[in-house]
Amino acid sequence: MTSIAKPPVVHPGLQRNALGLTKRDYEGFMSTLCAGCGHDSVTAAIVQCFFELDVPPHRAAKMSGIGCSSKTTAYFLKPSHGFNTVHGRMPAVATGANAANQTLTYIGISGDGDTLSIGLGQFCHTIRRNVNMLYVLENNGVYGLTKGQFSASADVGSKSKRGEANAQQPIDPVQLALTLGATFVARAFSGDKAQLVPLLKAGLLHKGFALIDVISPCVTFNDHEGSTKSYRFTREHAHEVSAVGLVPLKREISAPEPDASGMISVTMHDGSTVRFRSVNDAYDPTDRDAAIGHVRAFQKRGEVVTGLLYIAEGSPDMHEQNHTVSGALTDVPYEALCPGSAALDALQEEYR
Amino acid sequence: MSGINDFAFKMGTVNGTGSASANSLLMQAIFRMGIPVSGKNVFPSNIQGLPTWYEIRVSADGYTARPEALDLVVAMNPSTYARDVAAVRPGGYLLYDSSWPMDDELDRDGITVLGVPLGKMCVESFTGDRERTLLRNIAYVGVLAALLDMDMDVIGEMLREKFSKKKSLLDANFRAIGLGLDYAKANFTCPLPFKLQRMNATTDHILIEGNAASALGCVYAGATVGAWYPITPATSLMESFKEFCQRFRVDKATGEKKFCIVQAEDELAAAGIVIGAGWAGARAFTPTAGPGISLMQEFVGLAYYTEIPAVFFDVQRTGPSTGMPTRTQQADLFSLAYASHGDTKHIVLFPANPEECFYLAVQAFDLAERFQTPVFVALDLDIGMNDWMCRRLTWDDAYRPDRGKVLGAEELEKIKKFSRYLDVDGDGIAARTLPGVHPKGAYFTRGSGHDKHGAYTEDSDDYREVMDRLAHKLATAALAVPAPEIIRTPGAEAGIVSLGGCHAAVQEAVHRLAAQGIGLDYMRVRAFPFGREVAEFLESHERCFVVEQNRDAQLRSLLTIETGVPRDRMTSVLDYGGLPLTAGYVVHAVTSHLAGVSA
Repeated sequence: MTSIAKPPVVHPGLQRNALGLTKRDYEGFMSTLCAGCGHDSVTAAIVQCFFELDVPPHRAAKMSGIGCSSKTTAYFLKPSHGFNTVHGRMPAVATGANAANQTLTYIGISGDGDTLSIGLGQFCHTIRRNVNMLYVLENNGVYGLTKGQFSASADVGSKSKRGEANAQQPIDPVQLALTLGATFVARAFSGDKAQLVPLLKAGLLHKGFALIDVISPCVTFNDHEGSTKSYRFTREHAHEVSAVGLVPLKREISAPEPDASGMISVTMHDGSTVRFRSVNDAYDPTDRDAAIGHVRAFQKRGEVVTGLLYIAEGSPDMHEQNHTVSGALTDVPYEALCPGSAALDALQEEYR
Repeated sequence: MSGINDFAFKMGTVNGTGSASANSLLMQAIFRMGIPVSGKNVFPSNIQGLPTWYEIRVSADGYTARPEALDLVVAMNPSTYARDVAAVRPGGYLLYDSSWPMDDELDRDGITVLGVPLGKMCVESFTGDRERTLLRNIAYVGVLAALLDMDMDVIGEMLREKFSKKKSLLDANFRAIGLGLDYAKANFTCPLPFKLQRMNATTDHILIEGNAASALGCVYAGATVGAWYPITPATSLMESFKEFCQRFRVDKATGEKKFCIVQAEDELAAAGIVIGAGWAGARAFTPTAGPGISLMQEFVGLAYYTEIPAVFFDVQRTGPSTGMPTRTQQADLFSLAYASHGDTKHIVLFPANPEECFYLAVQAFDLAERFQTPVFVALDLDIGMNDWMCRRLTWDDAYRPDRGKVLGAEELEKIKKFSRYLDVDGDGIAARTLPGVHPKGAYFTRGSGHDKHGAYTEDSDDYREVMDRLAHKLATAALAVPAPEIIRTPGAEAGIVSLGGCHAAVQEAVHRLAAQGIGLDYMRVRAFPFGREVAEFLESHERCFVVEQNRDAQLRSLLTIETGVPRDRMTSVLDYGGLPLTAGYVVHAVTSHLAGVSA
């Protein structure tokens, strides 16, 4: 993860957002991933998402574990605090950071090895706690940095670069999250930015844990014939069930009026609205059981279902469950935390 | 021992039967009579049905170490009659529940056996199995009140406090006490030759366990985030923190909490949560025990290398592995001092009792933030879970947390460029920033190799520069951690060194040895890395006894490694059976060694 800074050149004609910042202000260091890596597309989509949502970069916190995907937090939002933690344990660190300061915008980047093997427990429990964060799982079915071992998301029969077929059942993060009670579950394809950017935005605005499983092919170790996580396979087998049209509060007027038929609107925590256009049948992303059934049905056919699969706004996040004071705990002055000497004296009467 | 206000007794009961409250009632009553008292709970890792003991030592001189000899044993559990009979000192007393007759074979010459049909009396006087079981314990309190001449007004006062809202329970408890008291007075010569007599030695004291005192320290230090995974014997630390926070940190009008406690899925996550919270600027901590410390090692290395404040309480229990979870030990010293892979070294504090737990807990947060590094507070089960008589805790309202070098928005606005790991002041401590404060403060925190600016590196010189500064930082910390407590004896012929929960026994041993004409200078180590005073003490004594509760002489090894004083100048006194140390054990070890040397 060498840090190669990008040249600080900004074209005067670059579009500026409400904060007067250009997209360049949301970029990071140069990526050191392989050319064509799906993760770089995700990085670009994240840059666009934060830029368009007018998030002040220094008010965002980028959390990651270890692996190719986790490296990417260095490649976007340079003016944000980033934390590249230990393998599989980003969810705990994100939980702690959020516990201390819930006013930041948390984005966690992980991979299939980081999330579904070494970090499976932490991933599950962070969903249980409903920590308010966007969790992007860049899923390519292999361990890249250690050169091509199968990960836990590899499908049965999917072939490694050496031709070996995977025999073990995959762990599907989407089905897992749905059964664990996640309040926002989506799947996307790194090759489809038009779908990914609105999903990222909706995930960021969601109050609670938002999972986006992004099929993000590994060009070096898992993009060959016989792999079910290749660009070609994903393009041929991806089926979008619901497309997202995000209508941020601030931009309500400029948003295009969607077609009224089959539309579902969900009001997000900040007042903006997410509208779903059901692409497939009459897909209802507010029905968890139906979502699980849908995902399983597609999986049986060997197809990959994408789009916003499930959303439940209004579920209490970790702090709402805890009844924590609003604002950051780090902003509570010490004087309001320490009971003082008189209280200590009084308390000790009970210890006699 | 064995006189007025100078004796020890223990109760052998079945766990899960409510004997714990009877035993604390006894201890508290003695304390309220103004007499110094200490209690040691010797309990099984079990919920209900196994043998458990509670030892109470009464000491007019204020000694609180575990007693060596028992003047009286209360045998309430037929399955341990044999052990309990054997535990009585020659000339002592055995009190047992004669509802379950004792095998004649267990009879022992030289002790007095007192049988009281407690079970039978309770069956006759009360209804319901649970009530009968619970009150049988209160009934033996009544017997002891008569035998030891306990102040019945004090007991009455305590029962009224405890059951102020449950009149029926209050009455039942009074009746149960009366059953025991009356039986003893009618059948035995009361009081026994050793007995209680009111004193005025506990007015400025409290009875508190170290876990509660530590939790209170966390509250007063301003900790807002606590993460944990339940583990014996650390559990009551977080439960106490929660209780104190419910009391002091909940907005009365809104019900909003000025704290966030996360019960994590395991100790790995608990450590990660603490590190995340510390990174974001909160004072955060986790209580755990040895197995948890093992699981946290990877994260500890991350906090050390990325320089994030974090406080860990290790309430040590008997290892290795699951070991004996309800027994005490000091065998995590190596695991703490150099926790994690790679070159690491950590600040470790060693409180000797609950009183010191309170103050060192506060200091742990100050040190963690000042040095931006993990700090361990090493308790043990004896300190953590037993009620100790301590001086009342005091608090200076002028205290403000030492947040260390944290650059705020105004300072960041003024500087040209922020470099996270740059040693500006020459003390090894670089300034840090918190997320969300200012765009100029942003940096990338990484456990991978980084240079002084925080950038990724694989360059040998850049890597070494940071590692050398970290070593320098910990050397600076050695000067700031609590100094050892040194008590000199004029004409001392050797030194004695110890730490943590051994203190009570070692202090008493030093007094006893002095009375035998063996003078020892005593140093109680209070922190790692060791300050200069520690090395000086060792260097200035030809021979030092090093008393600790582990098999491998871990403290002695640390002293050798860190001070360079040869190992063979230190004689180990090791006690690692899992029970609190006794003064007699230390006295015996020292005198045996000296006798061997002179022979």
